Amino acid sequence: MRTKRNKLPYAAALAWLSAVLMPLGGMGAANAGNIEAGKAAAAVCVACHQVDGGGMAPAGAEPWPALAGLDAGYIIKQLNDFKSGARKNVSMQPFAQMLNDQQVTDVAAYYASLPLPAREAPEADRELLAHGEKLALQGDWDRYIVRCVACHGPGNAGVGSDFPRLAGQLPEYLRRQLQAYRDGSRSNDPQDLMGSIARRMSDRDIEAVSLWLGSQPVQK
Amino acid sequence: MQRHSVMASHVLDPKHAARHATATATATATATAILATAFTAFAFLPGDARAEAAAPANSQFDAELITQLKGMAPGAPLPKEGQFVHVPPTMEDLEEADLHPKLKETIRRGHDLFINTQQLRGKNVFNDMNCASCHMGEGRLPFSSPVWPAAVVLPNFRPKNGHVNTLEERIAGCFTYSMNGEPPAYGSDDMVALAAYHQWLAKGVPVYQPGNTMYGRGFPRLPEPELKPDAVRGQQVYEAKCAICHSADGSGRKQDGNVVFPPLWGDASYNWGAGISRLFTLASFVKHNMPLGQPNTLTDQQSWDLAQYINSQERPQDPRYTGDIAETRALYEETFHKHSLYGVEVDGRVLGDHSNTGEKPFLRPEWVFKPRDFSARRP
Repeated sequence: MRTKRNKLPYAAALAWLSAVLMPLGGMGAANAGNIEAGKAAAAVCVACHQVDGGGMAPAGAEPWPALAGLDAGYIIKQLNDFKSGARKNVSMQPFAQMLNDQQVTDVAAYYASLPLPAREAPEADRELLAHGEKLALQGDWDRYIVRCVACHGPGNAGVGSDFPRLAGQLPEYLRRQLQAYRDGSRSNDPQDLMGSIARRMSDRDIEAVSLWLGSQPVQK
Repeated sequence: MQRHSVMASHVLDPKHAARHATATATATATATAILATAFTAFAFLPGDARAEAAAPANSQFDAELITQLKGMAPGAPLPKEGQFVHVPPTMEDLEEADLHPKLKETIRRGHDLFINTQQLRGKNVFNDMNCASCHMGEGRLPFSSPVWPAAVVLPNFRPKNGHVNTLEERIAGCFTYSMNGEPPAYGSDDMVALAAYHQWLAKGVPVYQPGNTMYGRGFPRLPEPELKPDAVRGQQVYEAKCAICHSADGSGRKQDGNVVFPPLWGDASYNWGAGISRLFTLASFVKHNMPLGQPNTLTDQQSWDLAQYINSQERPQDPRYTGDIAETRALYEETFHKHSLYGVEVDGRVLGDHSNTGEKPFLRPEWVFKPRDFSARRP
């Protein structure tokens, strides 16, 4: 038994591709970004995302997510996706357009460096919270709803630039994102990984898991 | 999800009933009632009832069961006529079950070990794997090597080690190969807990229910691929579909020292004796379980190609290694390695031709390899 193959050209092409694509995808730490410059550039962000980066959910309106402590690579990808339209949001698109590539990197570094401010846990029905906890930590395999921690990591504190931190995020924001993944209006997740699961979730699932995740302290 | 509720009150709780079914009725309208009867009696219906159910496919299983299976294994084949279907109970069902509190504790411990086997790292586990890394859905899902069959088909003769194996011995096999480790001792607290969890999942299944009738048992072999499995094509699929979680170099992904996505090759992955180091096993695992959350989305060809790529990478030595790769392959060729690339030359190197045992500071736990034979004993 003998198999011969030559994977060298592919390896070379791949190395080249990753080198070219990495900065675009925000996956590499090649350009770390300047936190001070990012703070200055973030002047356009604070009106909504707040000075401490903790975000805000105005009653009945679009929630402004917490950015503090999010992975820099994740923020870069989202900003670039707002610019390109890969992630559609009429409020964010014009603000993202104001930032050049360097500012995107700097702003991301700035928010990544901020600690997520403590917030009071949202009021919620205990049974609903328990359902949310189950989905987040165990999932519901009878409906192939994979548990959040499987990808978002221990404590749902995020894994690298591809799987953002969920713990401590505004429940209103999480709910809207899951709904958007479910109805297809947001689809900039890698390989439809989030969309595949969101489409199996009921309104109650989304409500419960958003509330529970939002009530979690950030563990790092 | 509300568990299916057609079961009569003899099971734990009608709302949370483990259930299973064999081919039973013809008309969907009557299926529920007949299914409940079959469940109570654990009986197959007479052959004529089954014969009538030829078309449409699966009509002999009630609609609710089919819906449940579609939820558990999206996109997977549905049960065929005559197959035995068992939906294992959940941990919520355990809480409501009429079992001794001390037994419940034991089963909970087994479940916890099954999900987080890394708590035995350095003692019984010497790689980054958990039981649930391969047995998705806590060991309950069809097409993901659900673990309940082991609780009812054993003790039985096992070709892999050539003697009669018990459930504990079967679990020990996973530790020895897939976890590249040394199993908890037979009868030890951890081993008893793991075995109890397996048995709980098999609740209600007849002992020695024939394994070959079981729906979604093991990683059912995929149809042969159209093209010969190819590692170069496999690598392309890997980069597109797998690398985001398992990393381009197969090392998986950790966060703050905790394993999030298991490595697929290298020192911290399964060793050359693991069932999933066989190409057909990995191909089926991949097809029916990966990418995470998207089962049954890759083509059969992609799955075979991926298996060829992943299982042509190096990994810790087979614990059965004699010191000679050709000899070891030959010894276990028929019962195992004819399905793996162990001892095969790929890109100018012979796979498995090394003495690297990964993070495990020994080649094999000797006591696991003790044979068993009754032929010389008389009643």
